[in-house]
Amino acid sequence: MTSAPWLSLSIWIPILFGLAVLVFSDRHAAQVRQISLIGAVLGLAVSLPLYSGFDTQTSAMQFVELSPWIPRFNIHYNLGVDGISVLFILLNSFITVLVVLAGWESIKQRVAQYMAAFLIMSGLLNGVFAALDAMLFYVFFEATLIPMYLVIGVWGGPNRVYAAVKFFLYTLLGSLLMLVAFLYLFDKSGGSFAILDWHKLPLAMTPQLLLFGAFFLAFAVKVPMWPVHTWLPDAHVEAPTGGSAVLAAILLKLGAYGFIRFSLPVLPDASHALSGYMITLSLIAVVYIGLVAIAQTDMKKLIAYSSIAHMGFVTLGFFIFNAYGVEGALVQMVSHGFVSAAMFLCVGVMYDRMHSRNIADYGGVVNTMPKFASLMMLFAMANCGLPATSGFVGEFMVIMGALKHSFWIGFLAATTLIWGAAYTLWLYKRVIFGAVANEHVAALKDIGAREFLVLALLALAVLGMGLYPVPLTEVMHASVNELLKHLAVSKL
Amino acid sequence: MNFTMPNLLPAYPEICLLIMVSVVLVVDLFLPERLRYVTYALTQLTLAGCALLTLNVAYLTEGQVAYTFSNMFVADLMAHALKLGAYIAVSTTLVYSRAYLADRGLWKGEFFALVLFALMGMMVMISANHFLTLYLGLELLSLSLYALVALNRDSALSTEAAMKYFVLGALASGLLLYGMSMIYGATGTLDISQVAKSIATAHPNKTVLTFGLVFLVSGMAFKLGVVPFHMWIPDVYHGAPTAMTLLIGSAPKLAAFAMAMRLLVNGLLDLAVDWQQMLVIMSVLSMALGNLAAIAQTNIKRMLAYSTISHMGFMLLGLLAGVVNGNWLNAADAYSAAMFYVVVYVLTTLGSFGMVMLLSRAGFEAENLDDFKGLNARNPWYAFIMLLLMFSLAGVPPTVGFYAKLSVLQPLLAADMAWLAVAAVLFSLIGAFYYLRIVKLMYFDAPTDTAPIKPNLDMSVLISVNGLAVLALGIMPQSLMALCYFSIKSL
Repeated sequence: MTSAPWLSLSIWIPILFGLAVLVFSDRHAAQVRQISLIGAVLGLAVSLPLYSGFDTQTSAMQFVELSPWIPRFNIHYNLGVDGISVLFILLNSFITVLVVLAGWESIKQRVAQYMAAFLIMSGLLNGVFAALDAMLFYVFFEATLIPMYLVIGVWGGPNRVYAAVKFFLYTLLGSLLMLVAFLYLFDKSGGSFAILDWHKLPLAMTPQLLLFGAFFLAFAVKVPMWPVHTWLPDAHVEAPTGGSAVLAAILLKLGAYGFIRFSLPVLPDASHALSGYMITLSLIAVVYIGLVAIAQTDMKKLIAYSSIAHMGFVTLGFFIFNAYGVEGALVQMVSHGFVSAAMFLCVGVMYDRMHSRNIADYGGVVNTMPKFASLMMLFAMANCGLPATSGFVGEFMVIMGALKHSFWIGFLAATTLIWGAAYTLWLYKRVIFGAVANEHVAALKDIGAREFLVLALLALAVLGMGLYPVPLTEVMHASVNELLKHLAVSKL
Repeated sequence: MNFTMPNLLPAYPEICLLIMVSVVLVVDLFLPERLRYVTYALTQLTLAGCALLTLNVAYLTEGQVAYTFSNMFVADLMAHALKLGAYIAVSTTLVYSRAYLADRGLWKGEFFALVLFALMGMMVMISANHFLTLYLGLELLSLSLYALVALNRDSALSTEAAMKYFVLGALASGLLLYGMSMIYGATGTLDISQVAKSIATAHPNKTVLTFGLVFLVSGMAFKLGVVPFHMWIPDVYHGAPTAMTLLIGSAPKLAAFAMAMRLLVNGLLDLAVDWQQMLVIMSVLSMALGNLAAIAQTNIKRMLAYSTISHMGFMLLGLLAGVVNGNWLNAADAYSAAMFYVVVYVLTTLGSFGMVMLLSRAGFEAENLDDFKGLNARNPWYAFIMLLLMFSLAGVPPTVGFYAKLSVLQPLLAADMAWLAVAAVLFSLIGAFYYLRIVKLMYFDAPTDTAPIKPNLDMSVLISVNGLAVLALGIMPQSLMALCYFSIKSL
């Protein structure tokens, strides 16, 4: 099935549909929604062959497309996926469909621009994961900032301008230094932007450490790791539901993916040398941010902090350098993509009805929205890592890996099961259970067919991954082994 | 006395332009107000004719360097490319200015003559191979611009701006001339190629030479508008009618770049170590001051003025990365990067000042940042174009501004000046803030001004093309990059 350029299609189909809907004004909102849905579903459809045609036996790049783009700087339009990146293209295309559905009714103004922003962003994100040329990666990586900036700023909450600008500048700071790092590597590698060439490039320790610093700023801001996480709660709280879902499910993965694609393989010695710091920062995210999450009174903020804690698990898994850790981290990334998107969509469902994110305004929702309550129950359980949900698999594997690495790291990481349960279940208890808190809650209507479909799809994904994660892990297996083998060899 | 006819071929565009300026000037005298469009059409035709002639010269000389008028005048690929850029910039400026000037009673015959004379000055500067030719071109350009700034003679603001521009400009010309005289004293020649030869072989007095160099660089820095010779930029940009601001801010930057190339690279490359140090300081200061001061502005013309300062500072980074430890391998990369940067900058500036004029109407100047509020609600298309232009100025992909930054940073890294590259990107991060603010005003805020935006068809089409070009070149930058590379390579 390698006949068609599936990767290019998965990038450009959403973008073209996004541009196409821009010509419609609000009078044709219904058509805009339909066309956007077609675009999103087509985008998902063309990324499915990437999975079905994927060869799990090799760690080499597959579905490779290569053509010169800017010969002046030896930049190529070079696409390809391995067992790591293919997962995120699928995840992203899937989430895009849900986001289009989730914004169906709640977005009433500038529908075309809203849908266009998400479709274009979806294509760009696929581009980030598929790019094998560093400059192509950078262009996609940066370009995603523009639609997200607009999404937060135009359709966001009361403090949206602050959040949007903070989001943009924070991430731009990191990525500009990454650009300098890319140019340095371009120079050192004798004029190549091919990421795979850089994997083989020998580098002395000092440049490795400096480059690691530049990459760290770019990717740690995106993940986000403690202490550069402060933009995330703001961005999440102010973004519209769809924006939060994409931000948590996909954009955060860019940072973690950057570590896997650049920091670890290009700079193995610096990665080893600095792994202690990275593990410490990750554990702070797991423990401290977990505690911070408990104290939140705003639902979205709480889930935002829980995202940071979960992503701490991901970076922890990467920097303990064993197969359990890395695979666990990748599973956790995919799982978090589903679960966090689901949690934000759940909050969105309630927000659409009550126009409040305050936990105190809720209580006893189960009495008026039983279907919704049971679905959210599942996602809450996944969020705290209950076995048989996707959240469990990744966390369990990372904890196993950490225990192999050192008992105390494993022990501290394992406390996440306590913090996670504490903030998620307490949130769930306060919002869903108890007596009906006020007349607004009493007047709530349960979810309709469209909302049910969105949440049910996510529920299937969460349960499926939790019960039978093998299809996921077997895809990444070869690539992860290759990465670990590569990491074990010094470049000095 | 023997008189041999010089080879006129390389100067065909200039000659054609001179004839046509005279024609325009005379024809306009006999035209009534309502037939002014004839002058306009003639001017545009002149520009088109010059463009054709330039292409023709490039074709006939087969892209080789051609000298004429006793080596005072040179026509090489860089000259052809920059001249073509200047025609396009001036022609675009005229289209953007038409309604704006007509609304303000400035759509007069002398406007066209002055614009064409200014263009003529630029062309002479671009093709100068002699200090005097260069100076001649520079003065022709400057004097025309002084007059243009003051064209709106009833406006105190414009008059003040013209006065400032004139006084400081005259000072800068003086500095430049003084520097030239020093170099002449040291080398005994005013011919730029001879100066280079003399420095390389005859070992002239280094003190005099360096002294002259300092003055030359100062004069050049004034024309580019980099710190500490930037004082005139905000006031002139602000005070001049927007059409004139656009004229000053666009094509002359190409000429100033050519001047820097002719003086520093063609003439004084052997002194690169000396002038590179000066450029480092000016560049860092310009990026710092330009970006920081732009944040504080509430007037968009002033903001763009400070943004110009920072962009010219960034462009200097390309000029100073050419020669490292006497090694020239990097030179073509670095200088072509600077040229690419200038061309991209001019393209983006045309669009952004064009947008300011597009939002202005009779009796109303859309000068304040707040006038951009809610543009997306008023007209999503123009908001989108402005969005592209602003992200290009900020250097965010996939707009062409990103590649301009990229191509300048690359030689810097190759020249082991990583710290300078880091400083440059940090300053452009600061810069991103105020470009983002424009986007914020357009997209996130509600409009305060609800008057319909009804530009002429030609302006509307051209500004759309201009904005989309920023995106299209961002997706496919190769052709323009290659053009700049070959232009510089041929020097």
